[in-house]
Amino acid sequence: MTTSEMHPNSHGIGSAWDRMVAKRRVYTLIGLAILIIALISSMRFADESNAGHFFERLPHLFDFLGWLIPKDWTDVWRALFDIASPNDKGGEEYNFAKGRIYVSGGFYMPEYFELMLTTINIAIVSTIVGFVFAVPLSFLAARNFSPSGPLRLVAKRIMEILRAFPEIVIAGLFAAVLSIGPVAAIIAVSLHTIGALGKLFYEVVENADMRPDDGLRAVGANWFERVRFAAVPQVLPNFASYALLRLEINVRASTIIGAVGGGGIGEELKLSISRGFGAKTVALVLLLFVTIIAVDQFSAWLRRKLVGEQAFLLQH
Amino acid sequence: MTLTMIHESRRHEIEERYPHYFKRSLRQRFGFPLILLGTLLYGLYAMWFFDLPRLVAEAQWQRFGIYLSQWISYDVQPELRIQGDGSIETRYPRFSVLGDDPHPDWIVANPQGGMTVLVNGTSRSVAVSRGQAVVTAFGQSITVDLSGANPRVVGQAPDWMTVYDDNVLANFGFSGDASISSDRVRVRKRFLGWANFVFDTHSPFFGKPAGEVISLIASGPRLDPAQSNLSLAWDNIWYNNAWQHGDVWTKLFQTIVMAFLGTLLGALVAFPLAFFAARNITPNRPLNQVLKRMFDFLRSVDMLIWALFLTRAFGPGPLAGSGAIFLTETGTLGKLYSEGLENIDDKPREGIKSTGASTALVHRYGVMPQIVPVMVSQTLYQWESNVRGATIIGAVGAGGIGLKLWEAMRTNSNWANVGYMVLLILLVVFLFDAASNALRHRLMGTNTASIRH
Repeated sequence: MTTSEMHPNSHGIGSAWDRMVAKRRVYTLIGLAILIIALISSMRFADESNAGHFFERLPHLFDFLGWLIPKDWTDVWRALFDIASPNDKGGEEYNFAKGRIYVSGGFYMPEYFELMLTTINIAIVSTIVGFVFAVPLSFLAARNFSPSGPLRLVAKRIMEILRAFPEIVIAGLFAAVLSIGPVAAIIAVSLHTIGALGKLFYEVVENADMRPDDGLRAVGANWFERVRFAAVPQVLPNFASYALLRLEINVRASTIIGAVGGGGIGEELKLSISRGFGAKTVALVLLLFVTIIAVDQFSAWLRRKLVGEQAFLLQH
Repeated sequence: MTLTMIHESRRHEIEERYPHYFKRSLRQRFGFPLILLGTLLYGLYAMWFFDLPRLVAEAQWQRFGIYLSQWISYDVQPELRIQGDGSIETRYPRFSVLGDDPHPDWIVANPQGGMTVLVNGTSRSVAVSRGQAVVTAFGQSITVDLSGANPRVVGQAPDWMTVYDDNVLANFGFSGDASISSDRVRVRKRFLGWANFVFDTHSPFFGKPAGEVISLIASGPRLDPAQSNLSLAWDNIWYNNAWQHGDVWTKLFQTIVMAFLGTLLGALVAFPLAFFAARNITPNRPLNQVLKRMFDFLRSVDMLIWALFLTRAFGPGPLAGSGAIFLTETGTLGKLYSEGLENIDDKPREGIKSTGASTALVHRYGVMPQIVPVMVSQTLYQWESNVRGATIIGAVGAGGIGLKLWEAMRTNSNWANVGYMVLLILLVVFLFDAASNALRHRLMGTNTASIRH
């Protein structure tokens, strides 16, 4: 049974449908072709401008495992906890005990734990600073709460620039002013966090239910009262959830910033890999890996308590 | 306000009716102040941990202004040498932005001998002659006696002048400064703008006004017999020594390619794996768990670690960067896709299954229409954020503009180039923001926000 037997009009509908499908198919094919060409040419471009080429280096891909796998696995634990190694013959590869940071008497903090703590503190401080500045900015930028149009545009532009500005430049600039170290990293990550959180926050505010605000307007509340009593109770769980997600991202970001001169565990990891210190590298990767998983799990648990299962759809 | 007055019994009634508003638990009442207190205490701890008071006290904030002003300005540093016979010779550092043997109109020979450098018109200038230098600035004229072994300020030195043993430094603010010794005066004159941004001093087009350059390119005689003026001009711009346009743009393109390759390949690998990882599509618990833990592993090892390892494996360059983004992105997108798949509506699948369709068809018509818009949106978001991320991992050697940016900054001397690259990066990020927003809107209609949240 063809469609035309069913209804006198259905032939026209059928052919229109066929034409629509054919047109869509052509568009899809063109899109796919462009994507494949772009993919292949960018692969070639990346391969040509790289120092080593893909196929010629591929057999050596796992060469680094040779130096990475320590000769003596207990050295990994020694590196982690700064216990003197019998392999230590001067030099930097096995000088684990040198990094000890004595707290009181014989009690010391292993160097890598101290570095990890620095990185985590960078992440926490910048998340807090970002949160504190992003909240007021987001209310200025949200369509439904902004006190004035021009102010809203200014707030949005500020957040966009903060989000897009390369973090290493801010870190480099402040490293020149404040001396190289974690504080420059904090400033860089914080500024980026203000922009990133501000954008997410103002989208949350714009999706808020406006009925409480109508009620508050009706009794003559001013802007601060409207924000405090109409918006904040609705949006705070989402704000907190986004801030926790940002904390996860910031732990990674502060590791990377550390690697380009911001201090913390990133710098040590970069040095250790570039010099080919197997035991130290394994210890650092292990510590970083466990910490990142722990922070992710903690934040996931807290987010689930704050906004329920929905927390896991909030992803960026 | 009389409206708010309520009768006593009515108040009790309201309190009875809404106990959760009037009799709140301890946590509800003190939770917020406690969190605030905790944050403040943590702030104090962090200040101690990072040694903030000392850092702020020792900070050199004036550098901040200097470096930022160098983003948008350049300086020329002529040196006036007082010869034994009293004549004055003007010298410029090698690679001066003015080219070889310049005669700028702001250095004038005085009729009675000596030379005057007009740092900012006549209001800020240094007049050098045998035995003395007269510095004019901020409405004062100060004479520095150069006849002795060390320069000596005649009268009281103003606060814009710093006197050292063998050297007197006059600070003119943004317009520059002058460093005066007994046998030479080094002046720094600052100009707003980017010097030689189009042609460097070696180019035959250097120093020519724009109109002349255009007419040369359009119809002038060949400056270089080997090639046309247009290709010569293009060559000169692309290989500009001071700005390295060619290198900067290639590196910028590398960064974009890294983000594109990494995200797209990550999406291509994550897409089929996500179907096996989603427990409603593939009801095989061990397989689901193995794949999900693998995604977590790829994500948690972190882009930096992947970048460092791959830089060792492939050598520095965009291949390492693309690989690092690809591995991280496979984890992130795999997680997002499989979560998206687990949240789909089962009814279309059941409907198609009930018609006796094969598994492939069930997926094609029951699952894909629901999930593809979500996946495309998430992939575009990741691409956008990877363009930013690729800048940073470039700095550890993984290719792209990151390393160039880092090198320009490390020497603290090339802030104008840093400004140029930052401007380009901002432009690219904004363009990608806009493009990915537009694409998302086109592909999914206006309800993008509801899918993301």
